[in-house]
Amino acid sequence: MPDLGLEVLFKGSNFIRLLGGLFTAVKISLVSIAVSIPLGILLGILMTRKNIAVRFFTKLYLEFIRIMPQLVLLFLVFFGTTRSMGWNLPGEGASMIVFVLWGTAEMGDLVRGALVSIPKHQYESSQALGFRRGQIYFYIILPQTLRRLMPLSINLITRMIKTTSLILMIGVVEVLKVGQQMIEANRMTSPNAAFGVFFVIFILYFIICWPFSAAAGKLEKKWS
Amino acid sequence: MPEHTVMNTKTPLWSKACSSKKQERGAAVDFTYIENVLPLYRRAAVLTVRLGMEGIFLAVITGLFCALVLYEKIPILRQIVTVYIEVSRNTPLLVQLFFIYYGLPKTGLALTPEVCGVAGLAFLGGGYMAEAFRSGLEGVENIQRESAYSLGMSRAQTMRYIVLPQAVSTSIPAFVANVIFLLKETSVFSAISLMDLMFTAKDLIGLYYKTTESLALLVVFYLMILLPVSIAGAVLERKVRYAGFGT
Repeated sequence: MPDLGLEVLFKGSNFIRLLGGLFTAVKISLVSIAVSIPLGILLGILMTRKNIAVRFFTKLYLEFIRIMPQLVLLFLVFFGTTRSMGWNLPGEGASMIVFVLWGTAEMGDLVRGALVSIPKHQYESSQALGFRRGQIYFYIILPQTLRRLMPLSINLITRMIKTTSLILMIGVVEVLKVGQQMIEANRMTSPNAAFGVFFVIFILYFIICWPFSAAAGKLEKKWS
Repeated sequence: MPEHTVMNTKTPLWSKACSSKKQERGAAVDFTYIENVLPLYRRAAVLTVRLGMEGIFLAVITGLFCALVLYEKIPILRQIVTVYIEVSRNTPLLVQLFFIYYGLPKTGLALTPEVCGVAGLAFLGGGYMAEAFRSGLEGVENIQRESAYSLGMSRAQTMRYIVLPQAVSTSIPAFVANVIFLLKETSVFSAISLMDLMFTAKDLIGLYYKTTESLALLVVFYLMILLPVSIAGAVLERKVRYAGFGT
């Protein structure tokens, strides 16, 4: 049995530090998703409007965010905006901005799809009953879209958590960075640490993401 | 007299500050710089596309194999494939690449960065492609298979002529989405020192500090790669819609 360098993890508070790094990543994605769900619902409602200008700009926003790799978006915000606007943006803030922009776009498209699937007579009947526009969405339409949206937005959470691994590249100290630090610090005493540490990070990501995607799959099957 | 001196010293200072501010804000785009670094970006784009294509090709083969294993319910293999799909879909590519690139050499399996990148992309993509093809296969109604059997077709023939054509056409939308997703994921390759678009942009920003130009080029090159794929995908989706049975 070759030395897999797992002992590094049990030195001092290393494992706790690793979990702390993971917590940073998960925190960023959860905060971003909490912000992007309401924004996404607004965007989704906007996208169903008939106004050509509104449609054009929402579509442009959605397609641009979607077609760019998330890492490019991170670079644009972290290096690009700080340079052109001359402000100082920490990596965590930049990643939250990117995740909110991205989450809003994705969520908006999901909401749009769900709204389009609601039959037209639902809108017309509630109008006939004298509901105002805001009331129609809040009391009649959105509750009906929830079933369709739930599994899809849970999937979006998993995708976000997975994408948080990228924030390493703009210098945020998250789980991969902590892992690298541990490997560097123990280079002499356990040269094989890279295997053990990255393997454990691999498993940690799986443990976090899998329950979400399993739940999404179950809900999808149950509610479809 | 004092006023004059003040004016004299102030003017150049002010204009200097102004011009440096302008430069800092990136108002003037440096076209000679863009011209100079264009070949670097072109080479990086070629690498990105090549590795992406290789990875996607392997991912399609892996995915098709896994989907068939699940569909035919082959014992043992089925459990292995299920675990593989869950693991590959629920871990980020960057973590997979770090494990392959930094971790595996410790067990004696050292691979070049290019092989690592392609292997990582194939590992990740295999799971996604398997899901796409599996849902396509499950979309084919049972009556199609039964009819084929009753016409005297063998199992292999049924698969080749009846099930696969219908399954492929229904899984095209998911397939196209996966191809675009995987091409986008190649941006992570820069982390294992592959000189792709991302790496080139980051490198140039560090070297020349021309952030605006470097990032603009990065966006343009990714658009040049991804827009045609996305448009072709949309066309393809429209073309194969005929094959759905009974819709």
